[in-house]
Amino acid sequence: MSILIYTESEGGKLKKTAFELASYASAIATQQGSSVTAVAINANDAEELGNYGVHKVLTVSDDSLNNFSAKKYASIIQQTAEKESASLVIVGSGSNDKFLAPILSAKLNAALVPNVVELPESISPLKVKRTAFTNKAFAMTEVDTEKAIIALSKNSFGLKENSTAVTSESFSPSIPEDASSVTSTDKVSGKVAIADAEIVVSGGRGLKGPENWNLIENLAEVLGAATACSKPVSDMGWRPHSEHVGQTGKPVASNLYIAVGISGAIQHLAGVNSSKVKVVINNDADAPFFKAADYGIVGDAFEVVPKLTEKLKEFKANNA
Amino acid sequence: MKILVCISHVPDTTSKINFTDGDTKFDTNGVQFVINPNDEFGLTRAMWFKEKQGASVTIVNVGGPETEPTLRKALAIGADEAIRINATPTDGFFVAKELAKVVSEGNYDLVIAGRESIDYNGGMVPGMLATFTDANFVNMCIGLEIEGTSATAIREIDGGKETISTNLPLVVGCQKGIVEEKDLRIPNMRGIMMARKKQLTVLEPSTSESHTKIASFEKPAAKGAVKLVDKDNLDELISLLHNEAKVI
Repeated sequence: MSILIYTESEGGKLKKTAFELASYASAIATQQGSSVTAVAINANDAEELGNYGVHKVLTVSDDSLNNFSAKKYASIIQQTAEKESASLVIVGSGSNDKFLAPILSAKLNAALVPNVVELPESISPLKVKRTAFTNKAFAMTEVDTEKAIIALSKNSFGLKENSTAVTSESFSPSIPEDASSVTSTDKVSGKVAIADAEIVVSGGRGLKGPENWNLIENLAEVLGAATACSKPVSDMGWRPHSEHVGQTGKPVASNLYIAVGISGAIQHLAGVNSSKVKVVINNDADAPFFKAADYGIVGDAFEVVPKLTEKLKEFKANNA
Repeated sequence: MKILVCISHVPDTTSKINFTDGDTKFDTNGVQFVINPNDEFGLTRAMWFKEKQGASVTIVNVGGPETEPTLRKALAIGADEAIRINATPTDGFFVAKELAKVVSEGNYDLVIAGRESIDYNGGMVPGMLATFTDANFVNMCIGLEIEGTSATAIREIDGGKETISTNLPLVVGCQKGIVEEKDLRIPNMRGIMMARKKQLTVLEPSTSESHTKIASFEKPAAKGAVKLVDKDNLDELISLLHNEAKVI
């Protein structure tokens, strides 16, 4: 069995999730006595995947691929999978992965198992655990096709170093035409995206108004965290939709999630369930979030958050 | 312009999730079903195209007779007609295959689906459907304009958004942002009365092929009790996060 991973890069550099996929694939390969091949598009540091158990890297370099195209990227991964006779393709769970994975699945006639959170229970037939009902449950999914695609949930496996002799090969696939083209990209620079964040600081109605968001932003800045919010906050227009975390918003799978002034409605909790450690700051000791959190402070956000921000600044200065 | 809106019939977001039959089936007991929220945002955008650009709007669902109240609600919101494919949806591949047949036979210009259903969160039907029908595809769509056969779509990306120029036929996987929460419509009495008379066509499935099955479900392990830290002892919180949780 040959395993292929698609490792995403940005600005020529592999994303951290690429190394998590490599770690995950390497663990399967070790069990199965097989090897891991990675395909990387316009990445200059693809050999680094060898530190996480990848044996072979196929690098594709083409300026026409600088803007993401799901159709082109899916076709390239498909061609690589066919060239390598891969029976298992592993992708991530970022917005580009979610765009290309179903196209790839249809092209390869390979079952797609999304939101996977563990190593497979068995390989043949492939049985693997995924989340369902927006993190309120898990589903053990069994695959009936010869080939399969696993879309690994971010931060579910972590990074496992495994230094491996890696060979790198450039690959020139045929690139299909795409009638869709990106005409502009609007990315907030210097801000951490929720999808990439190790730490997320999130605010709710308890903050009373958008003018108080500097509390959240200052705390986030000290921690190098992304900022997020609850559904009512985005519905009232205090914050953009892109920050809305929950069942109909974004899922968060960070290492640390700090909820300030968020009561913890079931839909919100579903969205943050996959975060490893949750801290809640709320002046209502009966807020449901306390039942879902690891650490809690009962107190006024306007008093606690600035103090916490100062203390964390000191901590960071002493531990830098 | 002929629009097809794909409607999933899903448990309301407040539902408690339980399983029966040795944890192999979702327990629908006491669960209220609704239009999948991502689909409802798309349906609402379709209403705009109907009212401003004279589009026709058909809705489609793959499901048993129990999904008809959800379809009637979508008709009451303003869709013109409904199609129900009479089958239990086994996985995303099966649903996409069934929908592809409806799309090809109905010559739809634009297919709007939610980016994912909030029950199984597969997120695969729109992309597969686009590929099976050889249509253009935009996922996580948060803005859509159509002019003749040209389309401009805004897609959410990690940490921002991008604008995509594309053409019909087009499939979009949409989410909140394609319309705002406040734009959602509650059916009025007239809409509900009219919906009763609108056509709801039941078709039998054309395939039984699926890629995956769910062997069993489980619920997350119960969470340990929260550790409360006094608001005047924030050093303790920092110490816990650093030494115990090891996240800072």
